[in-house]
Amino acid sequence: MIVGLKCRNCGKRYPEEPVSICEDCFGPLEVEYDYEKIKESLSIEKIEKGPNTLWRYKDLLPVKSKVVDLKAGFTPLHKADNLAEELGLKELYIKNDSVNPTFSFKDRVVSVAVSKALEFGFDTVGCASTGNLANSVAAHAAKAKLKCYIFIPADLNLGKIIQTLVYGPNLIGVKGNYDEVNRLCTEIAGYYDWGFVNINLRPYYAEGSKTLGYEVAEQLGWTTPDRIVVPVASGSLLTKIWKGFNELVEVDIIDEVKTRVTAAQAQGCSPVVTAFLTNSEVKPVRPNTIEKSLAIGNPADGYYAVKVLKESMGTAGAASDEEIIDGIKLLAKTEGIFTETAGGVVVGTLKKLVENGEIDKDERVVIYITGNGLKTQDVLADYLPSLIKINPDLNEFNELLKKKTTVKEVAI
Amino acid sequence: MAIVRLATPLRKYSQGKPEITAPGKTLKEVIMNIDSASPGFAEKILENDEIKRFVNIYVNNEDVRLGDGLNTKVGEKDTISILPAVSGG
Ligand SMILES: Cc1ncc(COP(=O)(O)O)c(C=O)c1O
Ligand SMILES: [Zn+2]
Repeated sequence: MIVGLKCRNCGKRYPEEPVSICEDCFGPLEVEYDYEKIKESLSIEKIEKGPNTLWRYKDLLPVKSKVVDLKAGFTPLHKADNLAEELGLKELYIKNDSVNPTFSFKDRVVSVAVSKALEFGFDTVGCASTGNLANSVAAHAAKAKLKCYIFIPADLNLGKIIQTLVYGPNLIGVKGNYDEVNRLCTEIAGYYDWGFVNINLRPYYAEGSKTLGYEVAEQLGWTTPDRIVVPVASGSLLTKIWKGFNELVEVDIIDEVKTRVTAAQAQGCSPVVTAFLTNSEVKPVRPNTIEKSLAIGNPADGYYAVKVLKESMGTAGAASDEEIIDGIKLLAKTEGIFTETAGGVVVGTLKKLVENGEIDKDERVVIYITGNGLKTQDVLADYLPSLIKINPDLNEFNELLKKKTTVKEVAI
Repeated sequence: MAIVRLATPLRKYSQGKPEITAPGKTLKEVIMNIDSASPGFAEKILENDEIKRFVNIYVNNEDVRLGDGLNTKVGEKDTISILPAVSGG
């Protein structure tokens, strides 16, 4: 029930085509729906009877026909009592999106974008990526039997390179940072008639992230939390979770949204956090952090992300590289969930904002863990204890215990 | 003269060509020179003497917002790219 596209900046309308930029003002185009129509056919019962994937919300997504489905979405919401206790919070939940088909939330946006690429008749898809998107586009292109060109910074984590190559795309490592890769890709998109998921297909792609709003509301019994903490790179995910919550009000599924939205970035690349805290325009930065998935120095949706933070009376925070590592370890030790660096940013930022009182202990908080720890193992190598080795001999083990190092201590 | 690569919505100022050449010692001068030949060009990408929010400009692949902005020096063999802001990792 999509009406077409509309410029977020000047309101100019466009037909449903593979375009993402307003030709008048260069503003981003966004999908427009007929909510009155959707309201007539959508109900809680209908959603709950749907598949256990993001496609249970198909009525609110911009895809008409067949979908390219690796079964992304409908990931678990954990009640995180151990981490809550550690931080002094009363009610904390983890939306664990690291268990998607390619182990990040990007499967949601890519499932929508690649479906749309087929609808538009493209034979080739592509993207510029900080890593997770590369994994997901390669996998979905394989499933859809499309040709695929993927551009990444050449110095990306080995895990993410292997996890892309295995699906058989054309993978191109660009000697530069993500912003440079993205700039090159935007130029390439102007010369080749391909479906770039985050360039000419971006309006459709971005809609996939709304499902992270719908799902959390559904999993909380069709209510929204008091607070969400969201990792920010381009700012798309954050703005679309907010859109998702508000659409549920629009179609009469929930009554109101009282969620304070909180952005989390790495200190070494925090243009959105800085713009919010200093009440200024988003200024580009040169990223310098171990956190590579969020390392976008010139975030295209930064302006709108800051607007959501203000509108929702939320806040923003940044974690240092050390706090990112500590955050990864804390989440693993308390909740048994191994996240990549983006999750470390979220946990590190949450901890800080609870400690300085910006997040109240009585709030019902949901944090978004959007990527899997197996993707960025390399950054942890120097921060974990080395393996203790013994011969296969009981006495040797007994000796080890006697050294007063308990097994528990050894493991930490 | 510098080579200027234009995003699709700007190609109506270049008779549809993706690349044109234009004289000028600074980015601002190059933009104004294109504007004299194709009026309306500058207004499309500049506002109050600043680069518009959703426009990114690169001189030799460097984002000019990280440097001298419109005052960025432009040499004879330099390449300027004017692109929309789109990204997402
Ligand atoms: C794991 C992870 N979380 C969050 C994000 C943020 O996404 P966005 O660019 O929509 O802000 C990314 C982006 O690449 C990511 O890889
Ligand atoms: Zn517009």
